Amino acid sequence: METKAHIEEHHVGYTTYILVWLALIVLTGITVWVSYLHFGVFNIVVALLIASIKASLVALYFMHLKFEDKTTWIFVLYPIVLLALLIGLTAVDVFFRTAP
Amino acid sequence: MANHTVAETIHVPYLEEKGILSWILSTDHKRIGIMYLVSISTFFVLAGIAALLVRLELLSPGKTIVDAHTYNVLFTFHGSAMVFLFIVPGIAASFGNFLIPLMIGARDVAFPRLNLLSYWLYLLGTVIILFSLLKPADTGWTFYTPYSIQTGTDVILLTFGVFVLGFSSILTGLNFIVTVHKLRAPGMTWHRLPLFIWSSYATAILQLLATPVLGITLLLLIAERVFGIGFFDPAKGGDPILFQNFFWFYSHPAVYIMIIPAMGVISEVIPVFARKPIFGYKAIAYSSLAIALISFLVWAHHMFVSGMSEVAATVFSFLTFLVAIPTAIKVFNWLATLYKGSIELRTPMLYALSFIFLFTIGGLTGVFLGTLAADVHLHDTYFVVAHMHYVMIGGTVMGFFAALHFWYPKMFGKMYNEAVAKVAWFLVFVGFNVTFFPQFILGMEGMPRRYADYPPQFHTLHEISTIGSWILGLGILIMALNLLRSLTNGEKAPDNPFNSLSLEWQIPSPPPHENFEKIPHVTDWTYGYGKKNNQEG
Amino acid sequence: MEEIGIDVHAHHHVDPVVEYKASKLGMWLFLATELLLFGGLFAAYAIFRAKYPEMFHEEHKELDRTIGAINTVVLICSSLTMALGVASIQRGKKKLLSLFLLLTILFGIVFGINKYFEYGHKFEHHIYPSTSIFFALYFMMTGLHMLHVLAGVLVLTALLILSLKGKFSENYYTPIELGGLYWHLVDLIWIYLFPLLYLIS
Repeated sequence: METKAHIEEHHVGYTTYILVWLALIVLTGITVWVSYLHFGVFNIVVALLIASIKASLVALYFMHLKFEDKTTWIFVLYPIVLLALLIGLTAVDVFFRTAP
Repeated sequence: MANHTVAETIHVPYLEEKGILSWILSTDHKRIGIMYLVSISTFFVLAGIAALLVRLELLSPGKTIVDAHTYNVLFTFHGSAMVFLFIVPGIAASFGNFLIPLMIGARDVAFPRLNLLSYWLYLLGTVIILFSLLKPADTGWTFYTPYSIQTGTDVILLTFGVFVLGFSSILTGLNFIVTVHKLRAPGMTWHRLPLFIWSSYATAILQLLATPVLGITLLLLIAERVFGIGFFDPAKGGDPILFQNFFWFYSHPAVYIMIIPAMGVISEVIPVFARKPIFGYKAIAYSSLAIALISFLVWAHHMFVSGMSEVAATVFSFLTFLVAIPTAIKVFNWLATLYKGSIELRTPMLYALSFIFLFTIGGLTGVFLGTLAADVHLHDTYFVVAHMHYVMIGGTVMGFFAALHFWYPKMFGKMYNEAVAKVAWFLVFVGFNVTFFPQFILGMEGMPRRYADYPPQFHTLHEISTIGSWILGLGILIMALNLLRSLTNGEKAPDNPFNSLSLEWQIPSPPPHENFEKIPHVTDWTYGYGKKNNQEG
Repeated sequence: MEEIGIDVHAHHHVDPVVEYKASKLGMWLFLATELLLFGGLFAAYAIFRAKYPEMFHEEHKELDRTIGAINTVVLICSSLTMALGVASIQRGKKKLLSLFLLLTILFGIVFGINKYFEYGHKFEHHIYPSTSIFFALYFMMTGLHMLHVLAGVLVLTALLILSLKGKFSENYYTPIELGGLYWHLVDLIWIYLFPLLYLIS
C-alpha cells in the first residue's frame, strides 16, 4: 500500500555543488603550498584552520547541514565540544606533570 | 501467527505467539525488552555467584577455596560480567525498550530492526566473553596497562567481546534518542513526558557519545598486544596513564549510564505510591541532562594516585564536586514528593525508599573519594569497593528490583506474591548492608581491594561481610523464585493494579502487540495524583 | 522551497515523513559516534605530537605527499559525485543516480589502491606500526579510515544494485541520502588526516 506524504526539501543546485568542489580543491592546494612555508608553531594552526573550512563546506553543503533542524545541529556540535574536552583535559594531565 | 489475520494481530497480547523463532526474530520492542531482561538477569546471577565465591575466599585469611591467580580471574569475571553484561545494558535495555514507546504513546521505537540487531550484538558479545573464560583474563575489568599488555592471559578475546557489546549500547542509545525526538504522541510535549523518559534520554546520550571512546581505547589495547604499537608503553615513548585517561573518559559516564535509568524508575514509583504529583518535575528532568553533561568532565578522579598531574587532579576534584549537585537535586525532590504524601509501602515503594537511603550513602562517599587529599588514603582500598557497591547495588539494583516489582504485572499479566516479595526485600536490604557497610571501615583501616589474602586484623570485618553476602544471596533467591513462580501460578493482573496515570497503565496487561488501539492524544502530564478529577481505587 | 512526496516504505505504522526525518537524525547520531571513535586517535595524535615534535617532523618525511594529495583530491571528487547523485534522484533522474554512485565507488577504489601501494612501500622499507609512535599513529589512523572507506564502498555498491533495479525515485531516496552522509564523513576525516600526517613542517 503506497501513500504519498510531503516534506519540504531545499534543493541545492548542481552548480552549488560544483562551486563547493572547486573551493575544496583550491583549499587543498593552498594547504599543501602553505606547508612549504615556515610559520613555526602556526603551521599547524593554519593547517587545521584550512581543514576546518573544508570540513565545514562538506558538512554544510554536501551533507545539507545548512538546512537541518536544531536537534541535528546540537548533535553535531556537542560531540565536537566533547572531543575538545577529551584532548584539552588529557593534555592538562600529560603536560603538567612534575618530575618524580 | 497462524490463527490471526494481519489486522487482528494488533490486538493479540504480545506474549501470545510461541516458539523461539518468534522471539529471536521479533522486532517488537516489548519482546526485545523481555529478552534483554532475561539475559541480563541470567548474567546478574552468574556474576553474583562469582562474587559469592570471591567473598567465600575472603572469609578467612590465607587460602580458603582458591589460589591467588584464580581469585584474580574470579573478580575479573565478576566485574566484567556485572558491568558489561548486566548493569550497562541494565534498566535501559530491558525496561527502557519495553516502556519507552508505551510511555510516549508510540507503537514501537524509531528503528525496530536496528533494535533487534542491538540485541543480537549483545548476545554475540556475551558469547565472546563467555568464550574468553576458557583462557580467562586476570586484569580486572579495567584492563590497565602495562599489565594488560604483558599478561599471558587472553585479554584480546575479553576486550573484543566488550567492543562488540559497545556497539549494542551505541545503537540502543541512538534508537532511543530518535524515538523520543520523533515518535511522541500528539500532545506529548517534552514537559509532559514521564521522568523515566527524561532519564532514558539522558542515558541514551551518554551511551551514544561515551561508548565510542571505549571502543577506540580497546582497539588500541588490542593493537598494542598484536602489532606492538607503543602508545601506552614508556619504553616506546608512550604513557600508561594515557590508557587510564581514555578508559575513564568512557567509564565515568558509564557509571551514569548505570544509575540514571534507576533514578528514572524512582521518579515513576514514588508519585504512584505516595499518591502525590512529583515535586520539582523540571528540576528532576533537567538535572538528568545536567548529569549527562557534567559526567564527561570528571573522569580523572579515578586516577588521582596514578602519577597524573597534580594540577589536573585539582581541576578534576573540583569538577567532581559539581556533579553531585544535580544528583542531590533529585534526592531533595523525591523527599519533597514523599512529604505529606499518602504512602503505601508496597514492594516497589520499599525498593524505591531503599534506593534513596542507600544511594545517598553511596553518593556522599563518592564525594569523599573525590576529595583529593582523602583519596590518597582511600584509593584502591575497600572504601572504594563499598562506595561503588552502595551506588550500584544500593542504587541501580534497588532501582532494578523496584522496576521489576512495579512493571511485572504489566509485562506478564500476572501478580506476584506480595508477602513473599516483602520478605525477600527485607533480606536483600539487610544482607546488602551487612555485606558492604563493614567494607567502608575495612577500607579506612587500609584493606586493599583485589587482594586474595589479608592480615589477621581484618578477619572479623571480612567474616561479617561474607555472611552478609549469604543473606543477600538468599534474599535474591527468594525474590527470583517468587517472580518466576508467579509467571505460571500468579493471579491474573488487572490493567492498572497500582492506579498509575501514565500511558502504559491505560492499556491491557500484558499489552497488545501494537500497544495502542488508537494513538492517544495527550493533554496533561502523568503526575496528576491526588486531584479531585483523578480516578482512584 | 519545494514540496516533495515521500512514498511509504514503513515497516510499521509510522508516518513516512516522520520515518524520513527520523532516519536522517539517526544517521547524524551515528556520525557523531564515528567522530568520537576517531576522536580518541586525534587525542593521542595531539598528545604525542606535542611531546615529540621533532620525531613527527622527521618521520613524516617517509610519507609521500603527492600520493596523499592525490588521495585527498580523489575523496573530494567522490564527495562531489555522491552529492550530485543525491541531487539527481531528488529530481527523479534514476540513471544519473546510478552513474554517480558508480563514479563514487570507483573513486573509493582508487583511494584504496593508492593506500595499498603506500602501505606496501612502507613494509618494503621495514616500516611497521611498531616502528615508532608516529608510524603507530599513521597506520592506526589511516588503517581505521581505510576500513571505513571499504565499508562505504560496500554500502554504496549495495545502493548501486538497488538503484539499477529502479528502487529509488524522487519520492523515495532515503537510503541514498543516508549512504551519502556516511560517505561524506569518510571524506571529512581524511580532510583532517592529510595535513596532520602528510604536511608536518
